[in-house]
Amino acid sequence: MDVVVVGAGVIGAACADALSAAGLRVTVLDRGPLASGTSAAGEGNILVSDKEPGPELDLALSSLSRWPALVGDTDIEWDPKGGLVVATGDPAPLAHFAAVQREAGVDARWITPAEALEREPHLTTRVTAAVHYPQDAQVQPVLAAQALLSNVRRRGGVLRPGVTVVGLDARGVHTSEGVIACDHVVNACGPWSGEVSRALGAPIAIAPRRGMVLVTAPLPPTVHHKVYDADYVGAVASGDADLQTSTVVESTAAGTILIGSSRERVGFDESIRIRVLRELARKAVALFPSLADVPVMRAYGGFRPYAPDHLPVIGADPRVPGLWHATGHEGAGIGLAAATGALLAELLTGATPHLDPTPFRVDRPGVLECA
Amino acid sequence: MKVVVIGGGPAGLAAARAAAGAGADTVLVDSEPTLGGQFHRGDPQRVDPRVRHLANSTVWAVEGMRLHVRTGPADSPSRTGETLNADAVVLATGAHDRVVPFPGWDLPGVYTAGAAQALAKGQKIAIGHRVVVSGTGPFLLPVAESLKAVGAEVLRICDANTGLGWLGRPRAASPAKLAELLGYAVRLGAAWRPRTAVVAAHGEDRVNAVTVAKLNPDWTIRSQERVAVDAVCVGHGFTPRLELAVAAGCVLTDGFVQVDHTGATSVPGWYAAGEVTGIGGADLAAAEGEVAGAAAARGACPTKALAKVRSGRRFAAALADAHPIRPGWHTWLTDNTLICRCEEVTYKDLRAAVDLEASGTRTFKLTSRIGLGLCQGRTCARAAVDIATALSGDRRTFFTPADLQRRPIATPLRLAELASLPEEDL
Ligand SMILES: Cc1cc2nc3c(=O)[nH]c(=O)nc-3n(C[C@H](O)[C@H](O)[C@H](O)COP(=O)(O)OP(=O)(O)OC[C@H]3O[C@@H](n4cnc5c(N)ncnc54)[C@H](O)[C@@H]3O)c2cc1C
Ligand SMILES: Cc1cc2nc3c(=O)[nH]c(=O)nc-3n(C[C@H](O)[C@H](O)[C@H](O)COP(=O)(O)OP(=O)(O)OC[C@H]3O[C@@H](n4cnc5c(N)ncnc54)[C@H](O)[C@@H]3O)c2cc1C
Repeated sequence: MDVVVVGAGVIGAACADALSAAGLRVTVLDRGPLASGTSAAGEGNILVSDKEPGPELDLALSSLSRWPALVGDTDIEWDPKGGLVVATGDPAPLAHFAAVQREAGVDARWITPAEALEREPHLTTRVTAAVHYPQDAQVQPVLAAQALLSNVRRRGGVLRPGVTVVGLDARGVHTSEGVIACDHVVNACGPWSGEVSRALGAPIAIAPRRGMVLVTAPLPPTVHHKVYDADYVGAVASGDADLQTSTVVESTAAGTILIGSSRERVGFDESIRIRVLRELARKAVALFPSLADVPVMRAYGGFRPYAPDHLPVIGADPRVPGLWHATGHEGAGIGLAAATGALLAELLTGATPHLDPTPFRVDRPGVLECA
Repeated sequence: MKVVVIGGGPAGLAAARAAAGAGADTVLVDSEPTLGGQFHRGDPQRVDPRVRHLANSTVWAVEGMRLHVRTGPADSPSRTGETLNADAVVLATGAHDRVVPFPGWDLPGVYTAGAAQALAKGQKIAIGHRVVVSGTGPFLLPVAESLKAVGAEVLRICDANTGLGWLGRPRAASPAKLAELLGYAVRLGAAWRPRTAVVAAHGEDRVNAVTVAKLNPDWTIRSQERVAVDAVCVGHGFTPRLELAVAAGCVLTDGFVQVDHTGATSVPGWYAAGEVTGIGGADLAAAEGEVAGAAAARGACPTKALAKVRSGRRFAAALADAHPIRPGWHTWLTDNTLICRCEEVTYKDLRAAVDLEASGTRTFKLTSRIGLGLCQGRTCARAAVDIATALSGDRRTFFTPADLQRRPIATPLRLAELASLPEEDL
């Protein structure tokens, strides 16, 4: 069976990896270079800490356990650094959140402010409560996607950067380089999945949500975990168009510190907004006062693909036989990729899904749009 | 009508004068303490008194017609900020040296032509006693002369091209330019060696010798000799400073800001002049600045300057044709030659990234770490992309000049500075 995966981001790469591992002949198309879309525009956190109990957390826990095996010995800067969520105001909401997460299988350890400062000596002393999440990890997302794509190539799959998909009919996928015959097509076009789904004749409601990240000059080790403000959880789950920022501070293997990230619905507008950068800087300095004098070297950003109900879309399109979607992972696609690829391949090959696919189905309310 | 000119070199100075002359409220923002840019280094210039000059000031970000400025020495904790709302902008941010990497180019004692020139002209310091100058282009000659003027012995001036190709082009050079070049030939001719290059620098903690090679036309090596030196000066033309142009959304052509004859870019209200639009020397830069400044202020077109721009651009095009960078320099590299000094990325690391099919700017940087350090790729990105393109062979690549210069934060600023921007500046 021949499958064309459209989109060589981390999600397309994970789907192609799982499909080729299941023995299918896979071709991966991308209109640009491989792994250069949203997957090259964000941080590489593999998180359970920011997720409330529910289908996304289940997908995250499954993904967390699958990631290391998928890449074998390849260096993707895997760092099981753990997350530290701190509250600087009322500790009660954080305490409640951690408690329900624990019931759902998350390792969420309530620690004292003093213990938090021991783990992160540069943290503000205004911390009132903290939760340590040893399961949170980090990868370098481009290396991670490339590692999965290398698996595909090794199994005889074909990678074709620079090929734009423009349509679909009984003959196959129509592209800028002609028609490619196949039995199945997977739409994994990230924030562009909405427009691509329209071109394929099966529109789904995926829209972009912009995010910006600040990068500092390299420093000696200063921040050890992924540290974030407890208000992050509120921002992730919110659908407000307005600017939202919540501080997420972490270092990378190279010594730079990433300060993320904002959430704005501004379409695909790429122009920089100093107001957004200022908010990120303010919150980072509030969390780590000693970062005040650190130079910011660059700012970058991308567009998170999101569905109206903020859940990924993984499964068959009910309108067009052979068309599948794997998208809508919003700010968690790197983390969720491993389990997404596995689930899509299970559904496509008729194997028993390793977790309940119903919450992610394509024909749930709000996702299907009229053609 | 408010015109903001960014850059105080020959182009920016002329633009500011012309804009103020046309009656516009004119601000000149320049990151140096004194005016004059690259050409007048060590010889501070004055600007028209009607112009408000912001010295030591950098435009670090652009939002539409709003320019964000920081004033004060780069690493000072007491810099101040200001936001300028312009009706028109003239971009005259110039260029910096382009250097082709070779084994040992990162050793102390190896200088760029621009740095050597700045030390000689600005501080009367010679980079060494026994110096070899290497690269391509006529700018090597004034640099060699500056070095001699401060007491250095210039052993060789190596141009990897013959450097004479444009002489045959009709009307390429004005009589004045020809006379200037003739003067150099007389004074420096004995040291000048066409089709040669420094292809390696040697030494432990500092350069003590170089390998000078005779080159084939494609810059591969024909023969080589070792020369004892205590400093080297290299320059392979210039790379325009385009981050603000890219941030403003200006279309680029052949790696420079695309402008019409008045200096108007593709973005309404944005003009460009000088080396951001092409490399042609200080006189051309000044003429372009005058035309663009007048156009930005909606003043009358200075026809004499415009005529100079036209002929100057012919000369510039001939110059560019006569001093290409030929791919043979890739053969000078060894696996361990550093390409990116900030992140210590070697030639071998670039090959590994290409093997992972990193074929776009972003993925190539993230895979190899090239250009992710303090200079943000200003020094190395162009060379790295040339290498990657060559190593990719038949495989498709997606590198674009705009992507290489996408730095929405054009110069670093401290987190506290960003955090304390006042509401009215946003
Ligand atoms: C600032 C920011 C921070 C983030 N931080 C994290 C984090 O810490 N952890 C985490 O898990 N997630 C994070 N994310 C989210 C994560 O980056 C995304 O969820 C994920 O990259 C989505 O991957 P994707 O493969 O679906 O999309 P993409 O990577 O965008 O891939 C889609 C591909 O489809 C291609 N394409 C589009 N149209 C066509 C067409 N017509 N034909 C062919 N190809 C086409 C595109 O070129 C693109 O390469 C962050 C995102 C942002 C913006
Ligand atoms: C080594 C060397 C030797 C040369 N010799 C000669 C010669 O003999 N004859 C000749 O005709 N030409 C010579 N040139 C070329 C000449 O210097 C240039 O043609 C001329 O300086 C270009 O003028 P410009 O105004 O475009 O840019 P520049 O002179 O480079 O001026 C640009 C200015 O903009 C400022 N700037 C940049 N970015 C920002 C920002 N974001 N905010 C604020 N300010 C900013 C810079 O600090 C600088 O002051 C030489 C150049 C070099 C490097």
